[in-house]
Amino acid sequence: MKKLLTALLVAPAIAFASGAALHLDKAPEAQRDNAALQSGARTFVNYCMNCHGLSFVRYNRLTEIGLSEQEIKDHLLFTADKIGEKMRVAARPAEQKIWFGATPPDLSLVARARASEDGSGADWLYTYLRSFYRDEKRPTGWNNLVFENVGMPHALWQLQGIQVLNSDHHLELATPGTQTPAEYDKTVADLVGFLVWAAEPDAGFRKQLGFGVLAYLLVLFGFAYKMKKNYWKDIK
Amino acid sequence: MASNTNFEKYKSDGSLQGNLLEWFDARFPATSMWRGHLSEYYAPKNFNFWYFFGSLAMLVLVIQIVTGIFLVMHYKPDASLNADGIPIAFASVEYIMRDVPWGWLVRYMHSTGASAFFLVVYLHMFRGMLYGSYRQPRELIWVFGTLLFLCLMAEAFMGYLLPWGQMSFWGAQVIVNLFSAIPLVGEPLSIWIRGDFVVGDATLNRFFSFHVIAVPLVLLGLVAAHILALHEVGSNNPDGVEIKKRTTPEGIPLDGIPFHPYYSVKDIVGVVVFLMVFSIIVFFAPEGGGYFLEYNNFLPADPLKTPAHIAPVWYFTPYYSLLRAMVWPLFGIDAKFWGVVAMGGGVVILAFLPWLDRSPVKSIRYRGPIFKTLLTIFVISFFILGFLGTKAPSYAFFGVIPGAPVAQLLSLYYFLFFLTMPWWSKIDKYKPEPDRVTM
Repeated sequence: MKKLLTALLVAPAIAFASGAALHLDKAPEAQRDNAALQSGARTFVNYCMNCHGLSFVRYNRLTEIGLSEQEIKDHLLFTADKIGEKMRVAARPAEQKIWFGATPPDLSLVARARASEDGSGADWLYTYLRSFYRDEKRPTGWNNLVFENVGMPHALWQLQGIQVLNSDHHLELATPGTQTPAEYDKTVADLVGFLVWAAEPDAGFRKQLGFGVLAYLLVLFGFAYKMKKNYWKDIK
Repeated sequence: MASNTNFEKYKSDGSLQGNLLEWFDARFPATSMWRGHLSEYYAPKNFNFWYFFGSLAMLVLVIQIVTGIFLVMHYKPDASLNADGIPIAFASVEYIMRDVPWGWLVRYMHSTGASAFFLVVYLHMFRGMLYGSYRQPRELIWVFGTLLFLCLMAEAFMGYLLPWGQMSFWGAQVIVNLFSAIPLVGEPLSIWIRGDFVVGDATLNRFFSFHVIAVPLVLLGLVAAHILALHEVGSNNPDGVEIKKRTTPEGIPLDGIPFHPYYSVKDIVGVVVFLMVFSIIVFFAPEGGGYFLEYNNFLPADPLKTPAHIAPVWYFTPYYSLLRAMVWPLFGIDAKFWGVVAMGGGVVILAFLPWLDRSPVKSIRYRGPIFKTLLTIFVISFFILGFLGTKAPSYAFFGVIPGAPVAQLLSLYYFLFFLTMPWWSKIDKYKPEPDRVTM
C-alpha cells in the first residue's frame, strides 16, 4: 500500500519529466517592469503587427503599462484612428489567407495558449523566438527548433542575425545582426513580457485584489468560528 | 434549546410584524416551513468534517447561477467569425474578460465554480459511501443524488462548449461522435444531437439553451427533491445509527439538535473556509495548472485543426478512462459503443448502491476489514483512472508500465467493486452499532 502511494505521488512528476521532448528556456519575469513592457509593445507594433493582430487589446489599455495617451497616439497608433480601438492587424485576415496560405493567428492569447507541461507560455515564446535558423529547404528559407517547419519567416532576423544548425544539431550564429546576442535576448524577453501582459491585462490587479479578499475572509473566519463556538458550547 | 430565537416571537403580540406574519401564515406555510426545515429540523449532533459538502454544493450552485446570469448578459453563442477572423462566441468571452467591468471576476468564478462543484460533490458522495448514507430509509435521497450527478455532468459538458475554444470544440466532437457507435440509430442520432454533420453553430446554440435553461431547471427540481426526501427521513450521521429511535416524550430525538441555529452557524464556518480555497484559485491560479482551464482552450475553435491530444477536464477523466478501456468490438458492435455503455454504466451503477450493500451496519466505523480494504482500493483506483484519463492512451508509468492495460484492470475493479458487493458486504465482519451517537 505504502509503495503504491509513493508511486502515485511521484507518477505525475515522472510523467512530466518523460513527456518533456523539448527543453524550454525560462523567460525572464517582466510584469512589474513598465520600461520592459513598453519596449515589448514597441517591438510588437514595429515587427509583429504587420501580420499578427492583438485584436482583444484596445490601444488605450497601454496606459496601464505607463504610456500616456499622447505617446500612444504619436508612436504606436498605426492601425486605427481612435485610441479606444483595438490593436488590429494592418492586413485583413481574408487577404492574408490568399498571401500566406494560412491566416497568421491573432496573438492576444498566445502567451496563455502556448503553456504546456513543458513550461509556461512565456517560456515557449521566449525559446521559440530565439530558435529560428536558416533552412533552404523551407519556402520561407527559415525553420525553427521549437516549432518544426513553421510557416512564419524569422521576422526579427535583422536584429538577431542569421543562425544555422551545426553538425551537433545546435544553433550557431553565422551572421551577426544589429544587436548582440545579449541585447537580442533582452528584446525578445521584453516582447514576451508584453505578450504575457496582453494575454490578461487584469492579471496584476487580480492578484492584488486576491490578497485583500483573503485578508477579509480571514477576519470573517475569526468571527464565524467564535460564533459557532459560542452557540455550540452547551452541546455535549 | 435555543430554537425560536427569531421572528416568531412577534406572533400574537398585536404588533405590526406579528399581524403581518399571521396574515401570511393564514395564506402560506411560512412559519411551518421555517420550523420543519430549519428551526425544528433535528439533525444528529455528531456531524464531522465530511458533512460540510452538502451545504457547500448548494453554495456553489448559487454561485454558478448568479455568475451565469451575468455572463449571459454579455456572452454570444455565435460560431461565425468576426472582422478579425475570430469566432464571435470566443471573442465574447474575451470581451467579458477585458472590457466588461469585473467581467474577469465573474467569469473566473464561474469557470472555477465548475471544478469546485465537482470537487464538493465527489466529497459529498464519498461521505455517503463512508457512512452508508444511502441505506434504508434513504435510498431515494441517494437515487435523486445520482440523478443530480448525471445532470451536473450534462451541465458541465454543454457549458464547456460555450467558450468555443479548441478543447470545447473537439471535446464535444469526440463525445457526440460516441453516439454514432450505437447500432442502427447511431449515425442519425448523432446528427440529431449536433443539428449538423459536424459540431457547429446549431450545436453551440442548442448547448447554450440546455446549459442556461433546461438542465438548470432539472437540477433545481432535483435539489428540491433531494432535500425534501432528506428532511422526510432525517439525516444519517458518522455512526450510522437512527437518532429517531431514542426521543424525548415530545418526540424530539435525544441526539438531535435544531438545524438552525446550530448547523447554520457551523456551516458558515465551512463556507468561509471554502471561500478561502475558492479565492486562492480564482485570484492566483484560475487556470488551475491547465486542469481547470485547459491551455488549448485559449485557441479559438478550428474545425480543420485537430489537436494532438484531446483530454476532458479533470472531473470527467475517471469516467473517460472507463470509456477508453473498452477496446473490443463485442457481438460485432463497435468498441466505441461498449465504451459509452461502460461510461454510462459507471454512473448509473451508483444508483443501485442501496440495494447492493448487504452489511448489517451502515458506518465504516463498525464495518469490517473487507469493506475498508476494498473501499481504499476503490478510491486509489478512481484517482489513477482520473490521472490516466488526462493522458494519451499511449502513456506509460515511468515510461515502462503501459497505462492502457492498467486503466482496463482498474475499470474492471470499478465495476466488480459494485457487482460483487452483495456477496462481500454480507460475509464481512462487523462491530455492533452503539445505541446513541458518539461525539
